[in-house]
Amino acid sequence: MDIKMKRHFNTLVVTLKGELDAHYAGFVREKIDNEILNSKVKNLIFDFSRLEFMDSSGIGVIIGRYKSIKAVGGKVIIVKPNRQIKRIIDISGIQKLIPVNDNLDEAIKKLL
Amino acid sequence: MDNYIKIEFKSKGVNESLARIVVAAFVSRLDPTLDELADIKTAVSEAVTNAIIHAYDDEEGVVYITCELNGKEVKVIVEDKGKGIEDVKQAMQPLFTTKPEEERSGMGFTVMETFMDTLEVISQKGKGTTVIMTKKIK
Repeated sequence: MDIKMKRHFNTLVVTLKGELDAHYAGFVREKIDNEILNSKVKNLIFDFSRLEFMDSSGIGVIIGRYKSIKAVGGKVIIVKPNRQIKRIIDISGIQKLIPVNDNLDEAIKKLL
Repeated sequence: MDNYIKIEFKSKGVNESLARIVVAAFVSRLDPTLDELADIKTAVSEAVTNAIIHAYDDEEGVVYITCELNGKEVKVIVEDKGKGIEDVKQAMQPLFTTKPEEERSGMGFTVMETFMDTLEVISQKGKGTTVIMTKKIK
């Protein structure tokens, strides 16, 4: 699991590479939470374009961050999940709260 | 039964990906689509996570997986000797979790049910849990 984070004004883009399961959920959670705290961003984008696999542990990670971002009036967007990850997202129902976008630049623009 | 494999491993999170890969590699002989393979990998991941996180509560234990191929049907059995589930019916309810503080989504069984054709959960308190899932490759 590789995690990269980049700030675009008040939006944090988190790019995950590899497989997100229960084993890596804690690590990912901690990294993102620290970055949100330190850089004081308002919005969060999960860039899943390089994430190959995710199970329901990933849903826990997304919902947890959604709650903290929403608490400060920010927004969360998920970008480019593959078919397997999209199915997990669909089953969970989180797409009702968190939009799924196919283009990272568009997602960043939406949050400007 | 045409063919089967049995694997067992220590209940460590780092072994989750190994379990997915082994089952997927074995099932590949049936020439599944990428989606079918992804479904099976996801279901295995959920079952193994339950064994590691819930059954053994992050303590040391052993997870046993049997994968059987019969014609075009795949059967995956994930077994643990952990603490067992007190109320299986309740545990299988979508969004039910005993570990909300760890951000568990309570979706494990829902995912297994959705991604596989059948799901059976047999559990005895203090003895362990057996999850039996089947899926027909089209």
